[in-house]
Amino acid sequence: MNIVDLTVRYGSATAVDRVSLEIPPGTTVGLVGESGSGKSTLAKAIVGLVPIASGRIDGVDPRRRQIVFQDPYGSLNPRMTVGASVAEGLGLPRADRAAEVRRLLAQVNLDPALADRYPRELSGGQRQRVAIARAIGARPELLVADEITSALDVSVQGAVLNLIRELRAERRLSVLFISHNLAVVRYVADIVAVMRAGRLVEVGPTDQVVGAPRDEYTRALLAAVPNLGGRPAVTR
Amino acid sequence: MMRRILRSPAGLAGVVLVTALIVLAVVAPPIWGDRAARIDAAEILQGHSPGHPLGTDSVGRDIFARVLVATRPSLVLAFLATLIGVVVGVPLGALPAVLGGRAGRFLASTVNTLVAVPGLLLAMFTSVVLGLGARGAVIGIGVATAPVLARLTLTLTSSVVGSDYVAAARVLRVPRGRILTRHILPNVAEPLILNITMIMGSALLGLAGLSFLGLGTQPPSYDWGRMLSEGLGRAYVNPEVALGPAAAIMLAGIAFNLLGERLARLAARETAPAGRAASAVEEPAADPAPEGTGDILELDGLSVTFPGAGSAVRDVSLRVSSGEVVGVVGESGSGKSLTAQAIGGLVPYPGTVRTTRHRLDDRDLDTLDRAERRRLLGTTLAMVFQDPMASLNPALRVGTQLAEVPRVHAGLSRTAARRRAIDLLGRVRISDPARRARQRPHEFSGGMRQRATIAMGLMDSTRLLIADEPTTALDVTVQRQILDLIGEVSADNGAGVLFISHDVAVVSQICDRVVVMYAGRVVEELPVGDLTSGPAHPYTRALLASLPDMNTDRDRPLATIPGRPPGPGELPTGCAFAPRCAYATDTCHEERPSLENLPGGRRLACWHPRSGPVGAEHVHDEEDGR
Repeated sequence: MNIVDLTVRYGSATAVDRVSLEIPPGTTVGLVGESGSGKSTLAKAIVGLVPIASGRIDGVDPRRRQIVFQDPYGSLNPRMTVGASVAEGLGLPRADRAAEVRRLLAQVNLDPALADRYPRELSGGQRQRVAIARAIGARPELLVADEITSALDVSVQGAVLNLIRELRAERRLSVLFISHNLAVVRYVADIVAVMRAGRLVEVGPTDQVVGAPRDEYTRALLAAVPNLGGRPAVTR
Repeated sequence: MMRRILRSPAGLAGVVLVTALIVLAVVAPPIWGDRAARIDAAEILQGHSPGHPLGTDSVGRDIFARVLVATRPSLVLAFLATLIGVVVGVPLGALPAVLGGRAGRFLASTVNTLVAVPGLLLAMFTSVVLGLGARGAVIGIGVATAPVLARLTLTLTSSVVGSDYVAAARVLRVPRGRILTRHILPNVAEPLILNITMIMGSALLGLAGLSFLGLGTQPPSYDWGRMLSEGLGRAYVNPEVALGPAAAIMLAGIAFNLLGERLARLAARETAPAGRAASAVEEPAADPAPEGTGDILELDGLSVTFPGAGSAVRDVSLRVSSGEVVGVVGESGSGKSLTAQAIGGLVPYPGTVRTTRHRLDDRDLDTLDRAERRRLLGTTLAMVFQDPMASLNPALRVGTQLAEVPRVHAGLSRTAARRRAIDLLGRVRISDPARRARQRPHEFSGGMRQRATIAMGLMDSTRLLIADEPTTALDVTVQRQILDLIGEVSADNGAGVLFISHDVAVVSQICDRVVVMYAGRVVEELPVGDLTSGPAHPYTRALLASLPDMNTDRDRPLATIPGRPPGPGELPTGCAFAPRCAYATDTCHEERPSLENLPGGRRLACWHPRSGPVGAEHVHDEEDGR
């Protein structure tokens, strides 16, 4: 997956400005930046939800790109059962769907019996896992995870992060993991990209970006990360 | 659903009236049809009499019978008019969502333009053009109703079209038609049907209006509007002949509106989860929090209860002293925000708050009357919330809003209050405060808005600042600045701070002491330094272990807490955390540990306290699991 010189405009405003980013197969690229930096617009452009002004995205068939959104309460149709939601992107004959839905739910560590429930009966963490199951059901090569743990409690966040790591290992899935939380990105990503005002200011292996940041903005972000006990951020 | 409609008097009245009208429309013509049509030359233009309760018309027909019989034509015509409105309006409003792009936008603006045309005028025009009579009137009202329904459908669908689940369906390549039938229509159907019920009521009134004007039903046919218009000439002599049809029109209009409104209210509430009744068990009280010197806030035995949902906060005790920053951490549903609201007297209706001790700045809030209480809270307490836009009035200049507090509570003049507002903006490090004070909130960035709300709470008399997730919506760099600002404010003013957050790491940046809440109770309290050296409660430890920080080992899975916290209605008899706790024994499940004071300013409610740094135990747990 290769993003080349991608530009997205909303009217006269440029939200994403000539961004080039490579996501090698089976790796997780973490994308950090503050609100309004263009992270989510880049995510939507990759999955075709907003039109691209110029540039191109190579390497992965558009049908093999999926997205999971931030808000687990808004991303599932309240009038459809969990099973029906997950089944939508499978592209399988009706007879094979139920079994595949159960398999997918089990894969995201949910009880397959939840397939008959409605989203309102599930907790935020469970819903987020359903959204992930729905996305991987379409057999994507690239998964865009847009702030998927921001709306979750800390104890649930851990389970979702573990799941993303497992999926990458099992399916050789490429993941674009977007978050404003550097500690979370550091934990899941192999490569970290830092975005500011529509541009990438720094891209590199996680240890390098976190351990020896070259860009001033990256250093400011790192310095601001809250660390337990009030100590300044220490990196390995 | 039906049972809940009937539960309210208005809903009950609506159902009874609409049912009665429909029954009447079915049975009235066969029963009273003959009587309504019988011409009696001997009893022309009579008023009320035992034989004719509402009198007779110009050819001696009984008006009461005619009112009853007219139920059918009146309702049927209203139904047909509404049907025309639905058939034309709903697709017109739903199409933009399906089409998208330029065609969609064109259609949407057409709908918006049509709504601007006055409905009754359009109806009158249409019915005159189509020729006098019921057909013209029905089409006229239908045409006038269509834009309203189209606009409503447009509004409802566009909110659904913008939702994440429709975006997800598009990414999954679900076909357009299927997105419409499976995702959009089911989610707008309910509010649409409710509104159609009410529109049926207005169609009935509209038709009556047209008939009254002589544009609708023509003799020898008749409906309520026609009868009203015939009776009105005699209203001064025999008012009952006009009152009969008038009452029928009014009653039918009210009936449909009552039913529609009740349905709409129920649908709005549908999304809220149903609460379960909790058993009221008297439990041993927690130890009062240890007394400090110069406590600004003393709170003991706080409980917040919502009817039918149990207690969301139970027996919480807290102390905050001058210049001290106390953190309250917990997951969603732990009761931390309700605790903050209870201290500020902001718990929403119908919640009830009880305390055994509630003192602010050495004054007992429970003994004050309402006005004194408000004054004490207004001058000594400041609150900052997650969404600064919710605390700022978007229509007012920031300076004006900031000046309001000193004007109301300190009685400053307009100019003095204004100077003070600018001074405050400067103190929260907003550059060029005089210019900024003239701006409105939308011209501020998120971080500046939060600074402004902090400034709003800052007065010389402010003794306690309650900050409820004040940095959750902000970027990390801005978060750091706001945390620093809160620390400075506390140091400069000598005010205490109660800092509420779901994020232990953020709390540890700024707080002196940390209070951990779980399922409505305080389970542990400890000095911030002890967070790293070793909290005792397994929940606190699990919370810390599951939080990735800049030193987390990336080769291991994160620690997680299985299960989820119990809701207020499903609390177990023992320790609320026991079902998720790795160390729970039978005692934990059977008996709830009370919150006890420990040396070193710590408090703990646990039968099996742990010790040592969290990281070491984390590794230990992993090995146990294998």
